[in-house]
Amino acid sequence: MPKQVGPLDRKPDAKAKKPAGAKPSRSGGRARETAKPAAEKPAAERASSSAALPARSAPTADAAPTPGLPARSAPHVLIIGGGGTGGALAHDLALRGLRVTLVERGEVTSGSTGRHHGLLHSGARYATTDRPTAIECSAENKILRRICPGSFEENDGLYVALTDEDAAYADLFLEAAWQCAVPAKRIERDAALRMEPGLNPDLKFAVQVPDATMDAMRMPLRFFATARSHGAQIKPFTEVMAVTMSGRTVTGVTVRDHAAGREYEIGADIVINAAGPWAGRVAALAGATVPLVLTAGLMVAVRGRHCNTVVSRLRAPDDGDIVVPQRASTIAGTSSWIVEDPDDMGVPPDRVETIVGDGAMLVPALAGAEIRATWTAVRPLVGEGPAGARRKGAKNGRRVGVGVGAGAVAAAGAAAGATPDGREIGRGMRCIDHAHDAAPTEGFVTIVGGKATTLRAMAEATADVVCARLGLDCRCGTADYVLLPHTAWYTA
Amino acid sequence: MTRLSVSRSERGDVKPHFDAFEVETGPAATVLDALLQVRRDQDRSLVVRHSCMHASCGTCGVRINGREMLACDSKVASLPAGKPIKVEPLAGQRLVADIATDMADFYARFEAAGMPPVRVSEAPAGAEPPAGIKAFARFEGCIECGLCLSACPVARTNRDFIGPAALAAAARLVDEPRGRDPGPVLALAAEPDSVWRCSDAMECTAVCPSAVDPAQALLRIRRRVAADGVRRLFRRG
Repeated sequence: MPKQVGPLDRKPDAKAKKPAGAKPSRSGGRARETAKPAAEKPAAERASSSAALPARSAPTADAAPTPGLPARSAPHVLIIGGGGTGGALAHDLALRGLRVTLVERGEVTSGSTGRHHGLLHSGARYATTDRPTAIECSAENKILRRICPGSFEENDGLYVALTDEDAAYADLFLEAAWQCAVPAKRIERDAALRMEPGLNPDLKFAVQVPDATMDAMRMPLRFFATARSHGAQIKPFTEVMAVTMSGRTVTGVTVRDHAAGREYEIGADIVINAAGPWAGRVAALAGATVPLVLTAGLMVAVRGRHCNTVVSRLRAPDDGDIVVPQRASTIAGTSSWIVEDPDDMGVPPDRVETIVGDGAMLVPALAGAEIRATWTAVRPLVGEGPAGARRKGAKNGRRVGVGVGAGAVAAAGAAAGATPDGREIGRGMRCIDHAHDAAPTEGFVTIVGGKATTLRAMAEATADVVCARLGLDCRCGTADYVLLPHTAWYTA
Repeated sequence: MTRLSVSRSERGDVKPHFDAFEVETGPAATVLDALLQVRRDQDRSLVVRHSCMHASCGTCGVRINGREMLACDSKVASLPAGKPIKVEPLAGQRLVADIATDMADFYARFEAAGMPPVRVSEAPAGAEPPAGIKAFARFEGCIECGLCLSACPVARTNRDFIGPAALAAAARLVDEPRGRDPGPVLALAAEPDSVWRCSDAMECTAVCPSAVDPAQALLRIRRRVAADGVRRLFRRG
């Protein structure tokens, strides 16, 4: 449990956040183009609440916000989706002094969030293929360790070279990692085996990076708990049945509370679609579209803790390239194939065998271990969306992490149906203010893409868009705010 | 075809009823897979808690054919064929609805023990942490699912009993204090509705999906509390 909850004493550690060779701000060097048009159309036009906010809504780095409850006159933001992004966004907006309601059709974290293997990315994985995402992961990795103490197995990660081809990739990998401010270092075979006696003894060498394992549910729960302590209303088992509109302006939602068996309406100044793989369906309720490509990631958990560090294959991202220890189990992952239905729970048996086999190349004990669980998680990746719904460049929203290397190519490829596995689609986030769509929808913002590691940055980017749209000048305070422990979600 | 008989109740209902469902499931399907299939294809209103799908988050604890289990950790194929799988919420907890329980009670007890979520890793043998890492860490074994509290015969009759999970957490803190003073948890364990209420039914250990063995942990901390008591007695005399 953290000794301190709330704003951290600000230490001038800006240096640590500023990687060499790149100039990422906390938001990873993203363009801020959506802020401008939003500022031209202040919220007053929308006849909503006052643009003035309580004092704590404009925190500066030197005077971190003091928690309290939002003013009754504060704008009301409704978030659809109780995954990590929604939780982090509820926390961010509540900290800025807004009134927040979040609705989730099931239990919080029951979508893609809870199902991921729990890797807290150092950024190394994407350094060669998707630099903005790598830079963002590197920055967020440090921030999350600071604001969620106790939520990680902080054991680092090893990228293992098994073949000559892997070894040849090392220089490119190291150089790219350093460029993205990921402190990677090559360690020799014997040193790697001393750290991880369970590694494949045929390894040539390894690269050590600051990966970690997170508790995929309990870490995000801390955002929900802290958001609620600042007045956010979090409503699990509450499914959005319809988006209410006045003309082309979203005015709220109609929800069904499954636990109470009743339907009711919730009004809002802005509705945010943070529904992850379900974002396309939610957008459709408002008559909007989202450029989304869904890929399924298959994971296999075996009994026994066979390593402490996260073990990855030193090569470009591919199927079966990672082994993540977690509690008393070890998880092998992942595979990737494009799916249509975000509720598709299918686990192809042949892929299970492949994933375990690939994992055993890295950590041989996996081959003989008892399989505890096999499951899939669906990634909501930023693509060009369904055929015919292709957007024109970054004008429609903040476009992040898809612009470099393979990402840009992949996004185009996906639209053409040329990517059977979706592996090469960038992992960047995209925050879309639908007021800028070809067929504009006012009061409706979607956030998709990103990684579990970048949930806080996704929330910051989205909250910036929301505040600009509402004509509010309030800064993000989450990077230095130590979150409540996960138990507070249940007890507070 | 998998047949399910699922306990249903909405907020405000006095008594639950059972709904019957039939779903087509694959050979590796778990009870949770079957329940989610019901929710997707037949009844959107089914209230079920779940998150990780691999026995790590502890949210999908239910009673399956009367036994406490994680729904994600129970293969349909391992259950008796020929009769419907009966799914009920955990016992002794407030209900959210259907088979989802409100864990506030459980966590109030669990939080009292104050166990840090991360412990020193014990495996693999001989692993040497690199420079910069003092000791390899891992998450605690307990996944806070509440199965033990539901299965505990004492907790069912005595609402004040602190219960197996919290006492196992207290024992972990005594075993590995991680810089903390074990005094407060020992005091907690010495309270009237604590270690001395346990009747050694061992149901907690039988249902634990994470091999925490709360029963043994409880015996351990009980011996410690007893020894401390005897020592105090002599010091006073």
